[in-house]
Amino acid sequence: MNISIASGKGGTGKTTVATNLAFSLGKNVQLMDCDVEEPNSHLFLNPVFREKEPVIAPIPVIDDTKCTYCKKCMEICRFGAIAVLSEKVVTFPELCHSCGGCKVICPEEAISESPRELGYIETGEAGNISFLQGYLTIGQVMSPPIIKKIRTYAKEGMVNIIDAPPGTSCPVIAAMKGADFVLLVTEPTPFGLNDLTLAVEAVKTMNLPCGIVINRAGMGNDDVKKYAEKEGVEVLMEIPFDREIARVYANGGLIAEKIPEYREKFLTLFDRIKELSSIGVNAE
Amino acid sequence: MKELVILSGKGGTGKTSLTAAFAFFSKSMVLCDADVDAADLHLLMEPEVKEKHDFQGGNEAVINPDKCTECGLCMELCRFGAISEDPYKVDPMECEGCGVCYDLCPEGAIDFPLKTCGEWYISDTRYGPMVHARLGIAEENSGRLVALVREEARKIVQRDKTDLILTDGPPGIGCPVIASISRANAVLVVAEPSVSGVHDLKRVGELAEHFKIPAMVCVNKCDLDPDRTAAIREAAEENNYTYVGEIPFDKNFIESMIQKKSIIETGRDSDAGVAVKKIWENVMEHPAMKIERLV
Repeated sequence: MNISIASGKGGTGKTTVATNLAFSLGKNVQLMDCDVEEPNSHLFLNPVFREKEPVIAPIPVIDDTKCTYCKKCMEICRFGAIAVLSEKVVTFPELCHSCGGCKVICPEEAISESPRELGYIETGEAGNISFLQGYLTIGQVMSPPIIKKIRTYAKEGMVNIIDAPPGTSCPVIAAMKGADFVLLVTEPTPFGLNDLTLAVEAVKTMNLPCGIVINRAGMGNDDVKKYAEKEGVEVLMEIPFDREIARVYANGGLIAEKIPEYREKFLTLFDRIKELSSIGVNAE
Repeated sequence: MKELVILSGKGGTGKTSLTAAFAFFSKSMVLCDADVDAADLHLLMEPEVKEKHDFQGGNEAVINPDKCTECGLCMELCRFGAISEDPYKVDPMECEGCGVCYDLCPEGAIDFPLKTCGEWYISDTRYGPMVHARLGIAEENSGRLVALVREEARKIVQRDKTDLILTDGPPGIGCPVIASISRANAVLVVAEPSVSGVHDLKRVGELAEHFKIPAMVCVNKCDLDPDRTAAIREAAEENNYTYVGEIPFDKNFIESMIQKKSIIETGRDSDAGVAVKKIWENVMEHPAMKIERLV
């Protein structure tokens, strides 16, 4: 079973929900941190990493001895990653999307490919929780391939919890695609509501079942609840706006560990997710 | 012309609230919302839209079943797994817009129409012009849309002979963030004193260094953990990021948001209001903010 935790707006508590849910389940669960620009789940679960693998994407390498400067590679590249000058070909690896068009189109077979590292994935355990995270290398822009690679490690028969990045564009889509349930974490403020609306639209476009967690409940107004009711999206849990909870979070703690009643609340949340998910109540 | 980009790495630290407050203090500026994925600045600025444009962010392959002979070449060539068979079709969500299938289909059976991926706007606000956008749901090319809104902000600066662009940046360190900082005078990173806040500040700081953009740092909700706030200050100074101040937690940030106002308009003399003003003054005193950049 795959549960994606997403939000639209950043800083609403995706990681808090993902890590506490994983901790509360305790076993037969895998946390996959797909917020590869700023992965934070490890700060709360303190996993021990055993493996690290690079995520690579091919970039073109031009053989000057074969190149006739015909410009076909430059013409096929929609990303401006190749410029053919009168007697020189310049490539811009950071703009390359690794589509391979230049290599296929080159009539002289002058283009080969070499790997470029986009980032890496680390694998390990936090107690009985399997843990995976990706890191985008500073200065690289292609995060979706790292997210897609992490998703290939989802385990059958386990609860795979996916901590998604904020926003609603391609990296988020990569983190939600094919999920059995999307949990949208928001806060009861105008910014929280605005971005929740966008996230709900994205989830509906993808035709996935979803529910809402309101974090810092009580800090703003009731508009998020009114919206949820109108849209027919269930509010599955509320985490109150509370200085003690904020302090536990700030210090890298888990509320389900420090305030034991929350472990029960996260387990109740999970039961409801199972009922609403595309798999149904028999999911484990 | 000068441009300050407000960033954070971690989301939800207060970028947008701070941008709106700075707009109040600035005598003459253009606002630019570069968080095109989940734009919020308009909720505080209540822009009156003067111009609305489609954003055509790229092309998308579409297979014409009448011409397709099911040779399978497109599926073989597509590195994004966007093409499936029986019948051959393209999954728009997976299509990268590279056009390789379109160029190489032997039957010319693939169209490659431009697609509208969002909208962008030029608006008036109570503090000056604002350029903002809305990326379509589940769309790509947010980096290109960020570049576009910043370019339009530059045109307005030139037209109106104003001096400053205040850009509300996206969270993270990826494609839209990189698109939002090139050629800026400086970035101001809004951090928060939590383990996540410290981790994410480090990454966004490294990004600014990588692109050689001077970085300043301030801490929001500093009283949540004074020790960690002090540690952020030390780390900032060690890395040559100018530490420009800290803001105490203030419920008024939320109240202002609900009233569609900046924190300065609702609580200018509050501790948070005074702290924000001090940060603004420190930012504008930074040597990088004294350099005129070509438009």
